[in-house]
Amino acid sequence: MNIGVKIAGVEFKNPVMTASGTFGSGMEYAEMVDLNRLGAVVTKGVAAKAWEGNPTPRVTEVYGGMLNAIGLQNPGVDVFIERDLKFLEDYDTNVIVNVCGHTVEEYCEVVEKLNGTKVSMYEINVSCPNVKEGALAFGQDAKVLEETTKAIKKIAKKPVIMKLSPNVTSIKDMAKAAEAGGADAISLINTLIGMKIDIYKKKFVLANKTGGFSGPAVKPVAVRMVYEAAHAVKIPVIGMGGISTAEDALEFILAGATGVSVGTANFSDPETTLKVIDGMQQYMLKYGVDDINSLIGAVG
Amino acid sequence: MKRKTSAVIKEHKELAKGVYSIILETLLAIEAEPGQFAGVYLRDGSRILMRPISVCDAAGRELRMVYRTAGSGTEELSTYKAGEELEILGMLGKGYDISKLKDKRVLVLGGGIGIPPMLYLAKELKKVGTDVKAVLGYADDQTFLKKDFEAVCDTYVASMDGSTGTKGTVMDAIKENGLEADVLCACGPMPMLKAVKEYAKEHDMEAYISLEERMACGVGACLGCVTKTVKEDPHTHVNNTRICMEGPVFDAKEVEI
Repeated sequence: MNIGVKIAGVEFKNPVMTASGTFGSGMEYAEMVDLNRLGAVVTKGVAAKAWEGNPTPRVTEVYGGMLNAIGLQNPGVDVFIERDLKFLEDYDTNVIVNVCGHTVEEYCEVVEKLNGTKVSMYEINVSCPNVKEGALAFGQDAKVLEETTKAIKKIAKKPVIMKLSPNVTSIKDMAKAAEAGGADAISLINTLIGMKIDIYKKKFVLANKTGGFSGPAVKPVAVRMVYEAAHAVKIPVIGMGGISTAEDALEFILAGATGVSVGTANFSDPETTLKVIDGMQQYMLKYGVDDINSLIGAVG
Repeated sequence: MKRKTSAVIKEHKELAKGVYSIILETLLAIEAEPGQFAGVYLRDGSRILMRPISVCDAAGRELRMVYRTAGSGTEELSTYKAGEELEILGMLGKGYDISKLKDKRVLVLGGGIGIPPMLYLAKELKKVGTDVKAVLGYADDQTFLKKDFEAVCDTYVASMDGSTGTKGTVMDAIKENGLEADVLCACGPMPMLKAVKEYAKEHDMEAYISLEERMACGVGACLGCVTKTVKEDPHTHVNNTRICMEGPVFDAKEVEI
């Protein structure tokens, strides 16, 4: 039985990864989860310099999910390389670094610094809804997305994954734009923009007013978008959005995803990734699937 | 070691209106330190995040937590019965450093639902022979846990409506009773913690305070629960430290509240 997959020439021992922002750099979960078992650790977004993030409250629960407006608090790429990447070097798993920036130059600065490291791939965050300048701005206009992808591809020495926002009119157009810009893969969905109001205080629950909606409730939207994107482009797709079980992950794979990421479910159960991997194997055994690759896009 | 584990409810009862005491049988109790907390998961799958609740007491394999119902999640929790199981994530956070407090005169201050964690601290301090006194601030005469404190150390009470003890806050009770100490350890609402910080500064005392914030992961990964700090924080170096990891107990001088 084979559960290994290949994305842009990079081998994954299984398709299961962590979604950026929900797993720190792996360090925070390493005492509870054997990182060696994961297809990849996708790190929290890293910028050229440290970012403070947004005021609190930054998180709140909503029905079947949560909203977050962290605002990409991160220590900057230098500390990240020195501390977080060093920590991850001891593990036998792919490391995908999520890269964020306010400007194209900032994205490129981070990528340049990471070029000399052992990182497997870059995931370019052009879809964070919680940062005012940049981030989402690069991911909501197809032309800008294509140009941003081109600029990063020009200097990147590792495969580039463009992480797409669901907060767009046509996910197909955005997927095509990333492909046209030379992206090696795309990942989706980032969070949906949401809002929660405290009816007693008559105030927004989050200091940022809006936040990214994630968790089990967003899964049907994510599956549909992954399906549409996967059928619009030839490059591989990494699917995510509400995955908390192997069944959820298999839906994404059948919709066309080569890789899958567990995000918010890490908060509900730190071992979710491992349970998803185990559950996928059980499904394959039970239904006589020899190769996970035969399931990719097999719906229809 | 941090882990998510199931625990059996040994006892669950209402202490005062909306304030519940739950005792869980779990090996995590052995690791629990005063000031730490655990995340309690709910059975309703639409409620995906744990509820962070401080440790009120721990002995052997029994972990006691006292919480107030503050929404539909904690209301669901309050319906769980003895004998049933629930899932918890623990032990989380950095608690009080007993070795720093041991040889000093300590006042533990609890306000409202900030009272429970101070019981375990008072007990542990008493165990090592510390001169410890407790000051508890309530809204009214629903003085939950007061007897538990009285069994451990000298206990002073304040109530906002004046129905019992000093009328006013824990700070008013300190003044009225002329209480002196070297260190203040406090958990309670933000105005109380600000008053404690100010009082400690004026009197050149040490003060340690327990902070709370909305949390998601509880293990330092999501960066949801940060507080502003005077010095660079160890994670991001932006003076924005994680309450769930570097806290919830902080030296009052080091946080900007």
